[in-house]
Amino acid sequence: MLEITNLHAQVASADGPKQILNGLTLSVGAGEVHAIMGPNGAGKSTLAYVLGGRPGYEVTAGSVTFCGQDLLAMEPHERAAAGFFLGFQYPVEIPGVSNVQFLREALNSQRQQRGEEPLSGGEFLKLAKEKAGLLKLDMDMLKRPVNVGFSGGEKKRNEMVQMGILDPKFAVLDETDSGLDIDALRIVGEGINAIMRDPQKGVLLITHYQRLLDYVQPGHVHILAKGRIVKSGGPDLALELEREGYEMLGEGVAA
Amino acid sequence: MSEAATLRRPTTRDEDWRYADPQFLAEAPMAYLAEWGEIAVAPGETICDNIRLGDGASAPGATVRQRVHVGKGGRFEYFATIVGGPYLRIELEVTLEEGAHFEFGGVTLGGDSKRQEFVTRVIHAEPGATSNQVVRAVQWGQSTGNFLGRIEVVRDAQKTDAAQNFRAILLEKGASANTKPELEIFADDVKCAHGAAIGALDETTAFYMAARGLPPQAARRLLVRAFIADAFAAVGDEALRESLLEGALAHLEEAAL
Repeated sequence: MLEITNLHAQVASADGPKQILNGLTLSVGAGEVHAIMGPNGAGKSTLAYVLGGRPGYEVTAGSVTFCGQDLLAMEPHERAAAGFFLGFQYPVEIPGVSNVQFLREALNSQRQQRGEEPLSGGEFLKLAKEKAGLLKLDMDMLKRPVNVGFSGGEKKRNEMVQMGILDPKFAVLDETDSGLDIDALRIVGEGINAIMRDPQKGVLLITHYQRLLDYVQPGHVHILAKGRIVKSGGPDLALELEREGYEMLGEGVAA
Repeated sequence: MSEAATLRRPTTRDEDWRYADPQFLAEAPMAYLAEWGEIAVAPGETICDNIRLGDGASAPGATVRQRVHVGKGGRFEYFATIVGGPYLRIELEVTLEEGAHFEFGGVTLGGDSKRQEFVTRVIHAEPGATSNQVVRAVQWGQSTGNFLGRIEVVRDAQKTDAAQNFRAILLEKGASANTKPELEIFADDVKCAHGAAIGALDETTAFYMAARGLPPQAARRLLVRAFIADAFAAVGDEALRESLLEGALAHLEEAAL
């Protein structure tokens, strides 16, 4: 359902554009969970931002097809409405805008773009309560401004509550496991399974650690280095990496 | 001589008119420039008033000037929105007796080359009076939002507690905002706080909201709403607060960014 072909991308920086992705090819089918691991600076977050359509991240070659559509031709909010979800490594604080207000407007905007009826306040609150419960996030926190004063772990759980409410077809989760304690990691892992394990859905997990993959077991593991996939394999590849580090891949891969 | 001085036509060389529209000052009827409305708040009484300037289709330049006297223990609350142009100004001169309070919330919101401003002079004339002023400016195009806030604390006005806060969001390059806090304090046991910040909407926040499905216009509306809500936070009546917010936001739709 997500086909990335020969993707080249550069990022605007103070010293001019910097080439980060160098011919990345990857395909994730419906019902599949893939994990991407890789050393710092390999281009993992850049990949996530390019897929999300963040301004400043420019695709110079290659293509991305999402459910048969050209993902790169869509605006970021259109990608969301098409069922694409990006879980942020650093969720953003929005002072003065409550989670409930933000998510209701976001969900109804998506529904409107898809030609669906908006949810009423009552229907939305019921849905929000259910998803917050799933992630063991206090409903009171959803009434507070988006991520303001949330701990690192609470922000990541809030990302997953948002994913539950928006119910995407495909999720790219950028280091959703970083900053989580052991219990929160289990809750988030179970949340991802509950929301996204579905024959019609796909997940791309970007992570540094094997830990999350104990809870959300991927069918495929890829190693990203220097802007391209240098090795792909089954779940065993993550374990192997954990044991041996990126040095196992040879010269020039480890940062 | 003194009468002639009060009727003198102001220019932008005058401190209180430094950001005004020179053309307006040269051409406007003297009635706009020299006349003051008078409001008296009796001791212990509360007056709450609000105004939205520039709602009409083609509002002419205009000034609203109010001289307010608040008696002992009285309270004057004033919430003002400026949405029109080409030059609109609201000017308040508020004198506070012992233990009186002045609450002011102001919003300027506009584009084109609109020039919108608040000029306040708050005189803490007796001990124990308090004042709080919150002004928010949202500008785009070539427009300008200004807040000149002068606070005077006389020698005997101990235990004065005065605060003013100004923040501006510039939605486009070319828009601008000016602020000048002016504190003149002759008492020694007082609190006077002032703060000011001018910036753009945060791009990371805009992308985060887009990634959740909000089109740019809807995201901007939500952020601007949260921003100007500070100015109306002190409005006690929830329905009034909501209508002040929505009344101002209706003019954000004019921004074709």
